[in-house]
Amino acid sequence: MTTTSTQANGSGGTSAPIQERDRVTVRFAGDSGDGMQLAGNRFADATAIFGNDFSTLPDFPAEIRAPAGSLAGVSSFQISFSKHQIFTPGDEPDTLVAMNPAALKSHLSALTKGGLLVVNEDAFTAGNLKKANYPSNPLADGSLEGYRIIKAPITTAAVSAADDLGLSNQNAERTKNFFALGLVYWLYDRDLQPTLDWIEDRFGRLPNIAEANRRALYAGHAYGETTEIADAHVRVPPAVLNPGEYRTITGNQALVLGLITASHLSDLELFYGSYPITPASDVLVELAALREYGVRTFQAEDEISAVGTAIGASYGGALGVTGTSGPGIALKSEAINLAIMTELPLIVLDVQRSGPSTGMPTKTEQTDLLQVMFGRNGESPLCVLAAKTPGDCFYMVLEAVRLAYKFVTPVILLSDTYLANTAEPWPVPDLAQLDQIEVPFRKLRYIDPEEFAPYKRDPDTLARMFIPPGEADLQHRIGGLEKSDISGDVAYSPENHQRMTDLRAAKIAGIANFIPELEVDGPDSGDLLVLSWGSTYGAVFTAVNDAREAGCDVAHAHLQYLNPFPRNLGDVISRYNKVLVPEANTGQLRMLVRAKFLVDAQGYNEVTGQPLSVRLLTEAIQQLAAE
Amino acid sequence: MVLQTPHSPEHVESIIPIADENLTRKDYASDVDTRWCPGCGDYSILAQMQRGLSNLNIAPEKMVFVSGIGCSSRFPYYMNTYGMHSIHGRAPTIASGLKLSRPDLMVFVITGDGDALSIGGNHLLHVLRRNVDVKIFLFNNRIYGLTKGQYSPTSELGKVTKSSPIGTTEKPLNPLSVALASEASFVARTFDTDPQHLTATIETAARHHGAAFVEILQNCNIFNDRAFADYTDREVRDERLLYLEHGKPMLFGEDHNKGLAVSATGLRVVDAHGPDAGLILSHDATRPAPDVHQLLARCAYPEMPVPMGVIRQVTTPTYGDYLDSQIEVAKFKNHQDVAQLLRGRSTWQVE
Repeated sequence: MTTTSTQANGSGGTSAPIQERDRVTVRFAGDSGDGMQLAGNRFADATAIFGNDFSTLPDFPAEIRAPAGSLAGVSSFQISFSKHQIFTPGDEPDTLVAMNPAALKSHLSALTKGGLLVVNEDAFTAGNLKKANYPSNPLADGSLEGYRIIKAPITTAAVSAADDLGLSNQNAERTKNFFALGLVYWLYDRDLQPTLDWIEDRFGRLPNIAEANRRALYAGHAYGETTEIADAHVRVPPAVLNPGEYRTITGNQALVLGLITASHLSDLELFYGSYPITPASDVLVELAALREYGVRTFQAEDEISAVGTAIGASYGGALGVTGTSGPGIALKSEAINLAIMTELPLIVLDVQRSGPSTGMPTKTEQTDLLQVMFGRNGESPLCVLAAKTPGDCFYMVLEAVRLAYKFVTPVILLSDTYLANTAEPWPVPDLAQLDQIEVPFRKLRYIDPEEFAPYKRDPDTLARMFIPPGEADLQHRIGGLEKSDISGDVAYSPENHQRMTDLRAAKIAGIANFIPELEVDGPDSGDLLVLSWGSTYGAVFTAVNDAREAGCDVAHAHLQYLNPFPRNLGDVISRYNKVLVPEANTGQLRMLVRAKFLVDAQGYNEVTGQPLSVRLLTEAIQQLAAE
Repeated sequence: MVLQTPHSPEHVESIIPIADENLTRKDYASDVDTRWCPGCGDYSILAQMQRGLSNLNIAPEKMVFVSGIGCSSRFPYYMNTYGMHSIHGRAPTIASGLKLSRPDLMVFVITGDGDALSIGGNHLLHVLRRNVDVKIFLFNNRIYGLTKGQYSPTSELGKVTKSSPIGTTEKPLNPLSVALASEASFVARTFDTDPQHLTATIETAARHHGAAFVEILQNCNIFNDRAFADYTDREVRDERLLYLEHGKPMLFGEDHNKGLAVSATGLRVVDAHGPDAGLILSHDATRPAPDVHQLLARCAYPEMPVPMGVIRQVTTPTYGDYLDSQIEVAKFKNHQDVAQLLRGRSTWQVE
């Protein structure tokens, strides 16, 4: 076991020379109250400004404050950064910062063999060890053999740095995340300035708190500098990214920006009806702060009301949107069906989470695909899209709005916890380059009343003549009862119901003619196609490339359009001997693909609440390629 | 946030969309054949709605009737306005989203006792407390008609129905009490067989700025015939109903020989010509505290006269007033620059 001295010697001695590496993954883990998310986000910002490509993975408990020091209360933040483009936050961290025994216990197994472990030795008290079910102190009993360890007195060092500021002990201790951050900044050669600026911005009005955090950050950094830490000083050179202006973005932020931008591009006023639910609440919260863009957020009394108000707004001619997670979709199903029957534009955001029932609200999963496809009464087709990266959430919102208005239909956009919370560098879109979103009712409202019938359809899109209320001589009634073709009157005739059922299906199926064909990465035909959808894009892309480096000849295609499928999907599938569908569910896309194309697709499935493991998926690809 | 200028009655009049030409009742009737049972109270409500709106001369294209599910919820089909026959209990949600994004429209909700108080109970509470500017007409027939005769949340305890063959085992809700407890700014009751009162109540509700709740006692002659006859029949009305008028003493009975006064436990009936005549209350619909309004809502036959008319009407900013003023203020204070918003707090340049 390599143990580094825990004594800061203060002699200013320099450590080993900086090593250069292509990619590093760091995980911060501590108590929910230890500020790990904050530290991780600061690290991500510093990394962005330094110029690495990066991807983050926040992972926190559903409890806001589980008992301090308990295993249930451990919160973590992982960041992977690289000199190359990367697509995942990494499977296994190279460095684990453990702020207490519970954090060590929960996360040690993820740390790569021989990895660097930074522990707050102050927190390894008898009480905390007991709460983490450690029979003996792992820092002393040799059980950490095989890891490189930095045992730092993080709490006491942070408190003593704030010695003369007159803070309460509790407030002084709360700066320990900045000490840890300063130490990690030294380890990975990060600039302190962005974080110092952030502290000033955030705590400027509380000068003593700001000063204490600054001092803790410096103290942690100096601790690294002055402590002999063998082989730990690492530099990851900046990545070569496409030139342009970049920002950091999470999936939920991208949904918010997408909605504001769609409102701008369509010149429709945005109405967002929502009920707080993890992990979609941030969309409501962030939109509520953007009133100057004319955004009407409506925190409804329940999920049903949230979608009801969105339908009402949409019917009135606003951009009606509701956002939720899987349990909320279940409650909204009947109202979504009303929007299908009345054929109204409606945007439904589903930020999926682990289920069934309440499941694991803060963990990720792709388990709502079949729910949004089929979880409604009657034959009720609608359009389903799925974002593939945090930044893609922005573009898929624009696409959802475009299709909802072109085809006068509800569109469900799938994101998930992983995309919602993961941050990545994102090239800022050029607003002037984005297409306007056409709104057919703007022209239709001037129609000659003699020509108007609410269920008369556009021959190309089969979209019905949707005109919001307010136009003289075009008064009409719509509703959930079956409608007569063209006239829209209530109708019970068998022939009409068959025709309307077919029309509703044909309208959605016809969307395939207005969306891009599926692109294949890799050989155009051959032995193995890996077919993925949604947030697993990064993991699958990485695994496919790793498998190629190991000699496999494998193609990859990724679906952003789930209903309808791109029109060439069947053709693409037919060109390979084998199809592997990796998913964070038990095989929902695979079921659709098998049913639709009669292909014996194989699955790679994990339902752990975590993103797919790149290493295990790579092995699965290699194995299937070898069969 | 307190809005500086609550809407005055004159202002409310000015924002009601008035038709350019003089319209008659027929202009508000659609060409769809009505499909309620012959003798249903809904016919009278439909006729008086059309009459009331034509009296106000509201532009039909600026009105939307939103309904849920049930016999009453067929109503929008028969109005020559815009309309949506939605799903069970959810009309207040659709109406809220519609009104908030289209303040220029007048939005009406047509609902029933099952639709509003059972499956849609939650939405009713919240649309009223938010004071969204929609007019809610609850047709109360104390029975499920469209599903052929099961008890409803307003059916009396012990009532024998198809789904309670030996009587219900649950107490009914009082719609007016629910509305008042939900902080409704307008609460009224009327009934199907008094066309004049019905029309007047509809007109008053239509002109209220804010959420208006009107309970309409409506006879279901098929599954719950004569549910209200004990006090609404023409011969007994004077004696058993209390027609409320704002600012007037609460008098009823033949030649107004009785009145309501406060007692230790609520309200009591006193002789309008007796020693306690001076204690008879004047009706104050605008009284901010809902105390007397709740006592009125609880007045029930046979112990007490059944109140009809506007129980409560207070002026208070609507949800839309607050929301629109937030948007106005934010637009004034902050820039609207989508391109800048996309950049976020900080960006960096990759060369």
